[in-house]
Amino acid sequence: MTRYVIRRLLQSIPLLFVVSLILFVLLNNIGDPLTMMGGRNPTRPEDRERLARQLGLDQPILMQYVYWLVGNDWTMIDVDGDGEPETPGRRKGVLRGDFGISILTRGKPALDIIWERIPNTLLLMIPAQIVILVLGLGVGIYSALRQYSWVDNAVTTLSFVGFSMPIFLIALLSIYLFSVLFQRWGLPYLPANGMFDPQVGKTAAQIAKHMILPIFAIAFIDVARYSRYVRSAMLEVMSQDYIRTAKAKGLRRVTIIMVHALRNASLPIITLVGLDLPFLLAGAVVTERIFAWPGMGRLFLDHLERSDGAVVMGIVILLAVAVILSQILTDIVYAVFDPRIRYD
Amino acid sequence: MKQDPALLNVHDLQVRFHTPEGTIYAVNGISFHIAEGEAVAVVGESGSGKSVCMMSLLGLIPIPPGEIVSGTAVFLERDLLKLPEKELELVRGRDIGMIFQDPMTSLNPVLTLGRQLTEALVRHFNLTAEEARNRAIELLQLVGIPDAASRLGNYPHQFSGGMRQRVMIAMMLACNPKLLIADEPTTALDVTIQAQIVELVQEIRAKLRMSLIWITHDLGVVAGLADRVLVMYGGTIVEEADVESLYERPQHPYTLALLAALPRVHQRRQSRLKAIPGAPPHLILELTGCPFAPRCEFVRDRCWRERPLLQPVSPTQKTACFVNPHTGEERA
Ligand SMILES: Nc1ncnc2c1ncn2[C@@H]1O[C@H](COP(=O)(O)OP(=O)(O)O)[C@@H](O)[C@H]1O
Ligand SMILES: [Mg+2]
Repeated sequence: MTRYVIRRLLQSIPLLFVVSLILFVLLNNIGDPLTMMGGRNPTRPEDRERLARQLGLDQPILMQYVYWLVGNDWTMIDVDGDGEPETPGRRKGVLRGDFGISILTRGKPALDIIWERIPNTLLLMIPAQIVILVLGLGVGIYSALRQYSWVDNAVTTLSFVGFSMPIFLIALLSIYLFSVLFQRWGLPYLPANGMFDPQVGKTAAQIAKHMILPIFAIAFIDVARYSRYVRSAMLEVMSQDYIRTAKAKGLRRVTIIMVHALRNASLPIITLVGLDLPFLLAGAVVTERIFAWPGMGRLFLDHLERSDGAVVMGIVILLAVAVILSQILTDIVYAVFDPRIRYD
Repeated sequence: MKQDPALLNVHDLQVRFHTPEGTIYAVNGISFHIAEGEAVAVVGESGSGKSVCMMSLLGLIPIPPGEIVSGTAVFLERDLLKLPEKELELVRGRDIGMIFQDPMTSLNPVLTLGRQLTEALVRHFNLTAEEARNRAIELLQLVGIPDAASRLGNYPHQFSGGMRQRVMIAMMLACNPKLLIADEPTTALDVTIQAQIVELVQEIRAKLRMSLIWITHDLGVVAGLADRVLVMYGGTIVEEADVESLYERPQHPYTLALLAALPRVHQRRQSRLKAIPGAPPHLILELTGCPFAPRCEFVRDRCWRERPLLQPVSPTQKTACFVNPHTGEERA
């Protein structure tokens, strides 16, 4: 197992190189960071050239990638534009933990900006994922065991609604109902903006209150998705011969369901969770934007719009690593749950 | 026929399945009994309702689509078909064990053998983990699994098909049931392994003195195993007899055909095996006459209209046929 994990990690290194190169080239084409640098006034042509040289944007794209990857402190760069490189480079490159500087924030390291958002993001996404798992499992198992009962039919209908509603609609509707209408009706209402009320301060109670609506919006569709998935996995397992054997032994129904069936049904569910895991870090782009939650999704969108390459690249590389790690983690968990799987 | 007190007495059992394609008349009024310590074989082509009949006794058919339309099944003075689920649970695995056809799929792939062997003991007898473990080792030794203690932590995929069926038998013997129902336990196995399993069950039965219902579609294996045979066709019992009577003087045309289809070792000339012409019934129509009529060489007009009931023809034999296949005459 250890050897398998080490092999998988080693295999992922060339993959990351290829992925990062492709993303680098793609992101290079999404916009021009220099137009944004003058603030309200358009950047003057002289400044433009100087800035391009300073940031290395005058270089061919492959060279830019090399600088991004390994830095440029081993060579001279031409800052004054006379064709003669004279200034030593100062970038260390991603391989040494330097993701470059954010243009948008005037020189703050991209990595710091990303790091700062991780707690906020996880604060929103981990509880959301827990809600999704608990409700998805509960609803899925229940409707599998009561197939075609009215509860099952109601859940089926509701989950089709959940599937077909875009998340922004759910977010906006929930704001309208729980913030706007509740306030109008004089009921206790929920805040729909930011992480805390600036007048009250950043207290735990404030944050918890502000988390409710975003989590609701994030979880709504995924609870539908998970419960459908769990339901079909459970139905599949409940018709297996070994469940009949368990019944023939006279075991209690709850033992049969929670031990014999769920242990088997959890295998496909593990795969599903493993696929969703990296996106805990990615945050929820639309939801964070609507609720003004300062998480990774909003960071990504804000910096993408202004073509802030260092931050955007940093986020996508972080996600690529997260995808790879959670796949390996999924394999490990899978092997723990399924004794038939052996990696040697 | 011996008049021992019956351990299980089934009367007029009818089971149907309501499927989108229509109603399937799987079991159409079956009555039989089994005495304490007796071994009964149930023989019939696949689809004749053998499994459904036995599983419905233990509440193991899915309802819906299944429906138990009528019948009683008195076991130790209680009607299994009327027991509430909670009480039936306590009969399953403790008083009646059931082994299924396919050992490759009948064991839970993600639970250890130890767990699967001990859970019935813990459930029914409240044994401690230690006691249950010792009993599990004992059981594995009983069914001839070498090195039993060290195999409790193993998973089903680490065993061959024959070994898994032994494990399955051990599991169902765990609580010393009064009755063991074996539903084609050897059908999915190699011929040599089949013989070993038959022998094993024989041995264990002699040792533990339990009753046995052995379901098979192969009349060939019945001889050494059972005291009495029930021949099933189209969800009905068409003949019931002692093993000797059945082989010597079968009384139903279907039994005759089954016997003719058996390969015989002692035959002087290699006579060709006689396959039964026609296809087994679909069970999609309610029975009006004899289910075997469409394939029967002795068929009469009344066979289509009237259902022959199981009638004694000798002290050791009953048949559900209007015609004596040996004389070709209608029975009185
Ligand atoms: N769960 C079920 N749903 C619908 N039909 C079933 C079901 N189980 C069994 N049957 C039908 O009942 C009939 C008898 O099946 P079965 O008892 O398994 O036959 P045997 O064991 O003699 O081979 C078959 O026609 C089969 O298709
Ligand atoms: Mg069967």
